Amino acid sequence: MGTTWTWFHRFGSPPHVYRLAGILTPWFAWPAAILIITGLYAGLVLAPPDYQQGEGFRIIYVHAPSAWLSVMIYAVMATAAGIGLIWRMKVAHAAAASCAAIGAWFTVVSLVTGMLWGKPMWGTYWVWDPRLTAQLVLLFLYLGYIALRAGIDDLGRADRASAVLALVGVVNLPIIRYSVEWWNSIHQAPSVMKMDKPSMPIEMLAPLLMMLVGLSLYFAAVLLVRLRAEILNRERQASWIKEVVE
Amino acid sequence: MSEFFAMGGYAAFLWPAYAITLLAIIVNVVNARRALQQAREQARRRIATSSEGQSS
Amino acid sequence: MRPIFAATLLVLRRELLLALRRPILVVQPLAFFAVVTALFPLGYTPELGKLRAIAPGVLWVGALLASLLALESLFREDAEDGTLEQFALSGQPFALLLGAKTLAHWLLTGLPLTLMAPWLGIALGVPLAAMPGILASLALGTWTLSLLGAVGAGLTLGLRRGGVLLSLLTLPLAVPVIVFGARATELAIAGESLMGPLYLQAALAVLGMTLAPLAAAAAVRIGLE
Repeated sequence: MGTTWTWFHRFGSPPHVYRLAGILTPWFAWPAAILIITGLYAGLVLAPPDYQQGEGFRIIYVHAPSAWLSVMIYAVMATAAGIGLIWRMKVAHAAAASCAAIGAWFTVVSLVTGMLWGKPMWGTYWVWDPRLTAQLVLLFLYLGYIALRAGIDDLGRADRASAVLALVGVVNLPIIRYSVEWWNSIHQAPSVMKMDKPSMPIEMLAPLLMMLVGLSLYFAAVLLVRLRAEILNRERQASWIKEVVE
Repeated sequence: MSEFFAMGGYAAFLWPAYAITLLAIIVNVVNARRALQQAREQARRRIATSSEGQSS
Repeated sequence: MRPIFAATLLVLRRELLLALRRPILVVQPLAFFAVVTALFPLGYTPELGKLRAIAPGVLWVGALLASLLALESLFREDAEDGTLEQFALSGQPFALLLGAKTLAHWLLTGLPLTLMAPWLGIALGVPLAAMPGILASLALGTWTLSLLGAVGAGLTLGLRRGGVLLSLLTLPLAVPVIVFGARATELAIAGESLMGPLYLQAALAVLGMTLAPLAAAAAVRIGLE
């Protein structure tokens, strides 16, 4: 228990996290780059065309990972915010703040790629498909978080208030998703985006997995860079900064 | 080659989708690195001005 | 009487008395609800058959927006004059006191909106037989909205443009309320049983009652610092 707490509390120390983040970044960035490039190539060139959707299905290689990323980042953001709130760790709050922009971006990507998938498949740019609709609501949750942070001048209050919001959001997220699926099934609106992963042959599945893992690692790398910037901006007068930026 | 770019007729949808994904990937890297760079510069400036204040 | 109950009743009584002194504030959301509902026939069609089809959405969005209007004032005055701090320092469970304030707020906004809805429904071609279902559904839904809105109101306490921010924060969280509530209303209008979505609405309300006051208390504490 003693060593666990020491390890945990070391994570609360900004200079320690700053250094660690700097060291870890390339370990995430390079594998991410390799996986993404390989995944894109495999998805565009190597994977065979789909029986039903032809070449159009290749959008899944960017749509599914960005949708996954948008939800995963929200969970990371809420977890970091919760840790910051409960254990009063500034570093955790800094991590949560660093997540928001990336998460919002990839939510937008999932929406745009979803729309671009939809147009050739069922003729219109937007359908109230449960997954697209849920992604839209997720985007609003991100924007609300960003707006709340921006609207509060005091950083401590912004950290804590946005943490409460993120936690309320993460509890609500499954309920929202369930309600949107329920709503969609009631109204028998078109429900697409069904690429059942288990039934995909390995040549189609492998690029997807590469993109999923690659983008997740990419997120970790970008988060670490942003986290370092946040830490520097928050540790205004600390003496450890001198050694680090000279 | 042109067959590849035509993507069986789906080109108008596929390439913009990949484009915006790549855009998001690049933009987030650029913004993150710029944020870190600016943070370091601002920290250096703060230290410089505060040490000036102390030495005077 | 246990101190907790006495305190809760005191808060309730205080809120209702304060509101009675300025009835215009209670009327405003109702007027808003009525105006918004009236805009739909003007903007769409006077045909009752067509209006009946969109009535669930119109009633729910109208009630939601009217509730949001009123939510901004839930904590504002008490925060300004220090009463909220007194509540926080009082030694009574802060979440419970805020829950009492939220209940009073609902009695003064959500409940009147609910009672008004059948009349507006008539203007949209809704049959009289649908009224009990609509009342039940809106009562549950507006109560859950008040609970959710209390969290948002706490988070945006004293912020400039707090009203817009409050709406932006609360609306996505209110999606399940709208989805289940509108469906219940739709079934009521069609004359079918609405117990399915109504139970789901009740579940949301119960979840809200247990969690929202705690989140609101945390939010208000953060805002008061």
